[in-house]
Amino acid sequence: MYTMQAVAGPTQTDTPLLAMTAICKTFGSQEVLRDVAFDLRAGELHVLAGENGAGKSTLMRILGGVIPADHGHSHINGSEVLFRNPRDAANSGVAIIHQELSLVGSMSVADNLFLGHECSTAGWLHQSDSNQRAREVLGRVGLSIDPRSAVDSLPISSQQLVEIAKALALDAQIIVMDEPTSALSEPEVRNLFARIADLKSQGCGIIYITHRLEEIYTIADRISVLRDGALVATRDRSDLPPDELVRLLVGRNISDQAPRRSVTTNDIRLQVQHCTVRATRADVPPVVEDVSFDVRRGEILGVVGLEGSGVSELLWANFGGLANRATSQITIDGSRTRINSPRDAIDAGVALVTNDRKRTGLILGMDIVQNSTLAALPRLSPFTWLNHSAETSLASESAQQLNLRAASMRQHVSTLSGGNQQKVVLAKWMGTNPRVLLLDDPTRGVDVGAKHEIYLLMNQWSEQGRSIVFSSSEWPELLQVSDRIIVMHRGRIVASFERGAATPADLLRAAMGSTRDE
Amino acid sequence: MAPSDERTGWRARLTSPTATALFALCFVLLIGLIFSGDGAFYKWSTHRDALRQASVYGILACGMTFVIITAGIDLSVGSVLALVAVAFSILSIHKDWSPWLAVPACLAFGAACGATSGAVIARLRIQPFIVTLAMMVFARGLAKTISGGMKVSTAMQRPDGSWAAAPVPDVFKAIDSRLLGDNISVVSLIFIACIAISWIVLSRLRWGRYLYAIGGNEEAARLSGVPVVAMKILAYALAGAFSAVAGLCQAAQEQQGDPEAGIGYELTAIAIVVIGGTNLMGGRGGIGLTLLGTLTIGYLDKILSVNAVPEASRLMLTGVIIIVAVLLQRRKD
Repeated sequence: MYTMQAVAGPTQTDTPLLAMTAICKTFGSQEVLRDVAFDLRAGELHVLAGENGAGKSTLMRILGGVIPADHGHSHINGSEVLFRNPRDAANSGVAIIHQELSLVGSMSVADNLFLGHECSTAGWLHQSDSNQRAREVLGRVGLSIDPRSAVDSLPISSQQLVEIAKALALDAQIIVMDEPTSALSEPEVRNLFARIADLKSQGCGIIYITHRLEEIYTIADRISVLRDGALVATRDRSDLPPDELVRLLVGRNISDQAPRRSVTTNDIRLQVQHCTVRATRADVPPVVEDVSFDVRRGEILGVVGLEGSGVSELLWANFGGLANRATSQITIDGSRTRINSPRDAIDAGVALVTNDRKRTGLILGMDIVQNSTLAALPRLSPFTWLNHSAETSLASESAQQLNLRAASMRQHVSTLSGGNQQKVVLAKWMGTNPRVLLLDDPTRGVDVGAKHEIYLLMNQWSEQGRSIVFSSSEWPELLQVSDRIIVMHRGRIVASFERGAATPADLLRAAMGSTRDE
Repeated sequence: MAPSDERTGWRARLTSPTATALFALCFVLLIGLIFSGDGAFYKWSTHRDALRQASVYGILACGMTFVIITAGIDLSVGSVLALVAVAFSILSIHKDWSPWLAVPACLAFGAACGATSGAVIARLRIQPFIVTLAMMVFARGLAKTISGGMKVSTAMQRPDGSWAAAPVPDVFKAIDSRLLGDNISVVSLIFIACIAISWIVLSRLRWGRYLYAIGGNEEAARLSGVPVVAMKILAYALAGAFSAVAGLCQAAQEQQGDPEAGIGYELTAIAIVVIGGTNLMGGRGGIGLTLLGTLTIGYLDKILSVNAVPEASRLMLTGVIIIVAVLLQRRKD
């Protein structure tokens, strides 16, 4: 393990801008951060890398005062600080710029910049002072816009710069940027990088979180790698070649818990051609761009991609969940199928398990029976008349197969554990007897036992001839379960691996936009 | 596995929305027993009248329940009531339409008003508050247009300028009559029929399940194949149809179509639904609660009036009771 001292060369004598030492954090029984040490020097850009769930965001939430650490100390410019809330952190010069910007869209740029710190005397606002100061601060990030214009009216890239200016207006020295380029076009990215260079020359330290390899090797001064809650390396960019970085990011043992017996046949069940999903903004490249793939009968196709690569959108598009943002030519069992809405998809035998059961999977205020029969209701209620006994028996049957544990079938799903809630979602789709299942991270937030059950269930479905398209944030498990894996990067399929042909490092390298030859 | 909140026996039952609504009704009835207005509260005719007076509001509240369960709101029910009352009066008094034609035509008209709001809300994605506010203003204007701004009554002007009274249509008399030896008003029976129909839709039909699903989590409902647009249109169309039923009753009781009728009724209907315990955030509640809410508001009004409490005080008390009812419900959520 590389510690702070190991990288602090002999030339580095001054105290770092930020030093976090021995940070530990536990949520429930899960250790999220284990004895993490992290430092940031003035004028450097320090990339914090890690797979989904490695603990990056937890560490940044601790730095930002959103949650307290269980143990550990933070020093800024050599003096110890303790943040009880985000305001404490802001007052000590820490600014966090999230992926979702936190500006008030209807207010002017100047009002946003000084929100909570207005230029005022006894509550009386000094509008012209405020606009004058706003111009200065905006100048520092290279924005020449009227501070009186509404934030809404600006493009996302300018809003992002306003957010950075807001940090500067508060004299922030430590700026955390969480995937700032995910919604930006290429020239906007270049502009942002130029502004970041300015900030560095002004003595700010920047912590930068990204999943994109090429970005890391464009702008990083140093790189820290978090894996499973522990800091595994902090090195200068020049000491950490991309291959080594990927190895450090992945490097974990693959548990063999879900044996897969492949039952794939040769007949193609689902064929997707030219699937494209437009971004919500016109000047940004599509989220999914001209993707085509096949899934055979009984096959489990794994789809891999980092956040923002378009995996979820690909699954939603082929379920009719994105309406007119998506176009796709879908052929199921040899016949062309028009899927323009979820109803079309269900009728065509397609099911979608989304990656957020509370927001898009369940009606939390309804009970287990009502949730598990919702998608199959047209079949269960001829002439719209509900058949309560048929519903109950279908739900109980699914519950039994899925080993759903609940006190009563009339229990509200909001009171169930994560694993059991996910089983209710699965029960809902079993009720529609699908030919194709699109599973978007079906094991997210589910305990180990339930995970194992879900994998066994997928095996069972594939034995029944159903085809499964499966994405997961846990790649070792995905490698274990899938018959074939496709990798997405920026909305395109960049690699494809047969079962057993890929290692997690191969997947990550492809998903980060690098090829083997590099 | 921990037992769920609502299965822990009598304690949970006591804090269920039904129990809370029942408690509120009993409390109001208890007040009636104590302050009986010199014994008026012990006479059946007082109860018969309380029920009759609450019926029009209750019918509107039935329609409102559908909309609120989808997490929407309908501000236009009072105006649609007036519009239909005017239309019904013109058709029955002046055009001599048979009630077998006039009644279905009026119901369809009300439903069409609601369906229009619903289509704009669901298709164009404008907030229900704004759309139904617009429909409220529009329907009021339409009622004034077709009535010429006057009450449509049995008084008719002859060509020579003199006035004569047309006979009151039989259908008006029938709706405004009492049955079972003068013991129950027809409008109350209509209200009970509306409750029954609403119960069937909400508890026995797939449509009802879909309405709850949309109110509970619209996106999850959509992704489960629920036809969200059609179901929202249905909810507002039902609210319009029930407003039309209320408009028929109103016209019959007043023996005229008043374009100014029903002002503020939408707020009473919302208050009834909320006091009953149907959640304004959608997804929770039911028609049984609306029945209890109607009785609570109806009896409260009756008890205050038999005790000769002035209207000003009645309004203030109603305001307080709405807040107390909502606070009681929030504790259990």
